[in-house]
Amino acid sequence: MILQNQMHLTDEKRIALEETANNIRESIIEMLLEAGSGHTAGPLGMADIFTVLYFHTLKHNPVDPTWSERDRLVLSNGHICPVLYTTMAYAEYFPKEELKTLRKFGSRLQGHPHREWLPMLETSSGPLGEGLSQAVGMALAEKMDVGTNTGKRIYCMMSDGELEEGQSWEAAMLAGKEKLNNLVAVVDRNNIQIDGYVEDIMPLEGLSDKWKAWNWHVIEIDGHNIDEITSAFELARAVEEKPTVIIAHTIPGKGVKEFEKDYRWHGYDPNSKTAKEDYKKAIDELRTLGGKIKSEHQ
Amino acid sequence: MLNSDLKLNTKMFDDDVEQVPIRKGFGEGLVQAGEENPQVVGLCADLTESTQMFMFKEKFPNRFIEVGVAEQNLASVASGMAAMGKVPFISSYAMFSPGRNWEQIRTTIAYNNRPVKIAGSHAGVSVGPDGGTHQAIEDIAITRVMPRMVVVSPCDAVEAKKATVAVSKTDTPVYLRLAREKTPVMTTAETPFEIGKARTFWMSEKPKVGIIATGALLYKALQAAKELEGSIEVEVLNLSTIKPLDAEVVIALAKKAGKIITVEEHQVAGGMGSAVGECLAENFPVPIHFIGVRDQFGQSGTPEELIEYYGMGKNAIIEAVKKLI
Repeated sequence: MILQNQMHLTDEKRIALEETANNIRESIIEMLLEAGSGHTAGPLGMADIFTVLYFHTLKHNPVDPTWSERDRLVLSNGHICPVLYTTMAYAEYFPKEELKTLRKFGSRLQGHPHREWLPMLETSSGPLGEGLSQAVGMALAEKMDVGTNTGKRIYCMMSDGELEEGQSWEAAMLAGKEKLNNLVAVVDRNNIQIDGYVEDIMPLEGLSDKWKAWNWHVIEIDGHNIDEITSAFELARAVEEKPTVIIAHTIPGKGVKEFEKDYRWHGYDPNSKTAKEDYKKAIDELRTLGGKIKSEHQ
Repeated sequence: MLNSDLKLNTKMFDDDVEQVPIRKGFGEGLVQAGEENPQVVGLCADLTESTQMFMFKEKFPNRFIEVGVAEQNLASVASGMAAMGKVPFISSYAMFSPGRNWEQIRTTIAYNNRPVKIAGSHAGVSVGPDGGTHQAIEDIAITRVMPRMVVVSPCDAVEAKKATVAVSKTDTPVYLRLAREKTPVMTTAETPFEIGKARTFWMSEKPKVGIIATGALLYKALQAAKELEGSIEVEVLNLSTIKPLDAEVVIALAKKAGKIITVEEHQVAGGMGSAVGECLAENFPVPIHFIGVRDQFGQSGTPEELIEYYGMGKNAIIEAVKKLI
C-alpha cells in the first residue's frame, strides 16, 4: 500500500532525526575511510531508517543492552553493518571513537557482525538469506510464551538482493502461515547488488505481490522520508494476523552528492547502454568512496 | 567378556535379542526432555513420523513448529528461537539436516553460538532400500569439523533416549546421529551415559587389538569380540560421543592394546575413525585399521546386504583383527 494517512512528527523531532541521520552518514564515511575497505552504498542508503529505529521506534535500552523486554533487531544483510555500528554508537551503546576500529584485528566491529565480539548484537550475520528465518524464530518463540498480545516486536533488516536466496522465501512462507504480526521485515529496495542492478541480475518485480501472496501486509515507502518511515512502523503495529514487510525505496549512497549524481534507483532504464556504462562508473565510485578506499569486491 | 559394571543387556547375544530403532529412543527422550524443561521446543521439516518427533508433537502441540520441507529455514528459525531462551530440537533426515543446511548450521547456530540440537535420522547405509541419495555417510565429518559442535552417535534406542535428555541440558549446539532400522538393544536403563564419556563394553585382560565403534555397528564389534573369545582377545569401546573425544580413554586403550580398529557406518574420510586417528597420531601413535565406507556412495539393498557389501559387518571386523595382529 502507499501511505495515505501519515502520523505526524513535530517539525522539531523530524529535523532532529534528519540531523542525526546526516551525522551518522558522516561517521560512516569516516569509519570506512579509516578501515580502507567495506561497503558504502547500502549503509548510506539505510541511514535514515536506522536513525528512526534507534531514535524513535525501537524499545531498547543502551545502558542495559540485554534487557529482556527489548525489541529485537536482526540485521540479515550483515554487510551493511557500518550503519548499524554507527547508529548504535550514536545511541551510546559504545563510544563513537571505537568506530575507527572497524575491520581491524582485535576490533569488536568485525567486518560482518559477530554478536560474541559485540554482545549487544542480536545475531551474527553476513551470509545472505538467513536473517529473516532467525527473526521468524524469535517472533514464534515470543508468541509461544505470551500469546497474541506480544509486547516485543521483532525487526529484520534485509537487502533486495538477498531475496534471491531461496531461504528468504522459506522464512516468508512460515511467517505468513504462523500469522506473525509481531514481525516486521524491512527490505532495502536500492536495486543494486555486486554484479549490477538487481532487476538485471534477477528480476524481483512485482515484489509487493510476492509478499502479499505469502500472507504479508505490504507497505511501500520512500526510505529517506522520515515521516513515511515512522508512519510505516506505526502502521505495522496495527496489523493483525499478518507479518508486515516495509519495502523501502532507497538511494544507494544517499547523502553524498558525487554518489547520488544520476544514480537514483529509478532514474535509469537499466537496459540502455549509457545507463550500464554510467552505472559501472557510479558503482566503482560508490564502492570506493570516489577511489579513496578499496572495494572488497575488486 | 561383557563389562558387568555397565549393566548391559545380558541377552544381547540371544537369537531373539530385542531390536528397536535408535530414532525411537530419540522420540521418547525428547518427550522426557520436554517434560523436564518447558523451554524445550521441537521443529520438523515434514518428517515427524520418520524422525519420531510425532511423540513430542502430540504431547506438546503448542511447543512444536512444522516448517515444511525447508531444512535451511528449519536450522535458522531454531537459532532465532534459541535466542529467545528456547532449547530447540530440529529433526529431519541426516542427509538434509545437517546435509543440505550445513552453512545455516555453521553461521546461525555454531558461529552464532545458539544451543540448537540437530537430530539427523536415517544416517548410514542401513537406511536400505531408499538408496544412496538418502544414506548420510558424510554427516559426522561435516559436523565435527565445526567449532563448538558436539557430536553424539548413540549405539541403541536406550542410549539414544538418555543422550537426547542429556543434550537438552547442555548450552552448546549438538548433532545427534540417529538410524532408521531396528537394531539390537545392548544397553539397559541402568547403563551409565554421559556426554563425552567412552565406555568399555567388552573387556579383556591383555587385548591384542582395541576396537572402537560408534552407533549400531557397535553390535557387530561385540559379536566379533565374542566369536574371537578364547582365540584372540580384544577390547571394545563404545564411543558414543565423537566430539569432544574422550581422549583419555582412547589413548589408554591404544597403550593397552597397541593396535586399534575403528568401526563406523560412515565414510572413512573425516569420520569417527579420523577423530581417533588425529588423537592417537598426536599422543600415542599405533597402527590403526579404519572400517567404514571407502570413498563410495550408498545404494539400494537390505541393511544387512549393504553392511556386508561395504565391509562393515562382523566378518569384516574379524578379518581386520586377524590381519592387524
